[in-house]
Amino acid sequence: MDTSRQQNMFRREYLGKGIATVCGLFLIVLTIAIGCFLLGKGSLTFTQFDHSITEFLFSSQWKPSDTEAGGGQVGALIFIVGSILTCALALLISVPFSLCTAIFMTKISPQLGEKIIRPAVEIFVGIPSVVYGWVGLVVLVPLIKTVFHVQHGQSVLAAAIVLAVMIYPTITSVSADAIRSVNSKYIEGAYGLGSTRWQMIYKVLLPAASTGILTAIVLGLARAFGEALAVSMVIGKMRAFPDSLLAPTNNLTSAIASDMGGAMDGGEFNAALWSMALLLFIISLVFILIIHALSGRKGAAA
Amino acid sequence: MYNDSVLGVAAAEASMPIRSNLSFTCNHVNLYYGSFQALKDINLKIERNKITALIGPSGCGKSTFLRTLNRMNDLVPGCRVEGEIMLDGVDAYKDVDPIVLRRHVGMVFQQPNPFPKSIYDNVAYGPRLKGITKKAELDEIVETSLRQAAIWDELKDRLKKSALGLSGGQQQRLCIARALAVNPEVLLMDEATSALDPISTAHIEDLALELKKKYTVIMVTHNMQQAKRIADRTAFFYLGEMVEYGDTQQIFDNPQKERTIRYVSGNFG
Repeated sequence: MDTSRQQNMFRREYLGKGIATVCGLFLIVLTIAIGCFLLGKGSLTFTQFDHSITEFLFSSQWKPSDTEAGGGQVGALIFIVGSILTCALALLISVPFSLCTAIFMTKISPQLGEKIIRPAVEIFVGIPSVVYGWVGLVVLVPLIKTVFHVQHGQSVLAAAIVLAVMIYPTITSVSADAIRSVNSKYIEGAYGLGSTRWQMIYKVLLPAASTGILTAIVLGLARAFGEALAVSMVIGKMRAFPDSLLAPTNNLTSAIASDMGGAMDGGEFNAALWSMALLLFIISLVFILIIHALSGRKGAAA
Repeated sequence: MYNDSVLGVAAAEASMPIRSNLSFTCNHVNLYYGSFQALKDINLKIERNKITALIGPSGCGKSTFLRTLNRMNDLVPGCRVEGEIMLDGVDAYKDVDPIVLRRHVGMVFQQPNPFPKSIYDNVAYGPRLKGITKKAELDEIVETSLRQAAIWDELKDRLKKSALGLSGGQQQRLCIARALAVNPEVLLMDEATSALDPISTAHIEDLALELKKKYTVIMVTHNMQQAKRIADRTAFFYLGEMVEYGDTQQIFDNPQKERTIRYVSGNFG
């Protein structure tokens, strides 16, 4: 009786530990598998179809042939520039707003911040991207068209604004956490020396929270870079360098999303799209490494 | 933005010819945190160029009282102060903005709290708030302040290094230098040595004795030996009341009140 109960106890112990371990290992295997799969698929452009990495990254001639024979051109520069441009502009729009909101909800009016802004920001994060894209398409695009008198409202600017709205809650909530976690002894010290509230905020609080704020910005950037649906709805999907912020262009994620269904498996076109996916994977990997480096520095400073 | 060259016009003109030997004069000061009364009818005259120690058991209101003197309690939600606190004939709660007051009444905290900036930027922080931007002027203020805090020789070669790399005792002296750089009249020290080792504590005590020649020093301490060693005047607080106030020697050798006798003899409670 006693021994069987003990056996049962140990069986559960091993079962629980086993399931947890398997799940953990599975996640690691899955990540590595996706990485290897992308690497395998994405490198075909350079191995099987004999294109150079330089051509892929720095040429704007995009005419991949949809055959296994290949022989087309796979310069993805337009898409890369499109991604960088929209994301940079989105950050430029979003960061000042996000920082001001974070300051307001933590230091200017913490009550309002806790009761209203924080829940609102959380709801913002949960809105599906297709909704952002759709609202962008029916509200923003016509607005840009009438305000700037352009032929199509779909443009770099429209994509950047949609992205800015999408990453705004991410940057706000992570920055607000960073500001909240600044040791109150710095704040007391600043007031004790006769700082006004604003002097305390911009001379002591923000510098002390700067690594956390940088992390927030990189997180927002990573989200913006990986977003496909909302951007593809408003960017115009035109394969040309934009001559102004009001011109349409295309980006990596939109190009993959719109062409992957039509490209023949095993063909050059398909391989080129996989290379773009690999590039996105590498970029997000770099962002994550930057975040880790930043949080490591934060740990060292504290 | 703030004219802080003088505390108030009346004060500057009135106090110039006959400079009173009083720094703070507190009349019937009551302080409430919400409905809790933390200070009860405090009457206290603090003398200029002396070290005044505030002693008493934890929670007796000595730190709270210290923080009413530069209005740091204004930052606590629900805190209310009644009564009159005069500094050089100016009512600290009616005639002067707290920002300006704090530039005249500097403060050093229990935990050394240099900003995560360079040593130089820490000391230059206060002068820059006042709008001083010329490098030569700042250099001079930084050097003078660090010299006054007796830490110039240790730090002069590493002014651009982060202040967080200093030892606790050095950090605290840096914080004193930072407070002095604003050119205050009064320096408040809130248990400024309680987080430090005995050698660093001795440094700070020597420094306080040096500083009282130019400044008025008011310190909260839980260390009665420290009050005995360096304070000219000592006030004993208990349960939000100021029980007894007098020359340090008198408070320790010949206390008048029953509660003071029990506290300084170590037979409390």
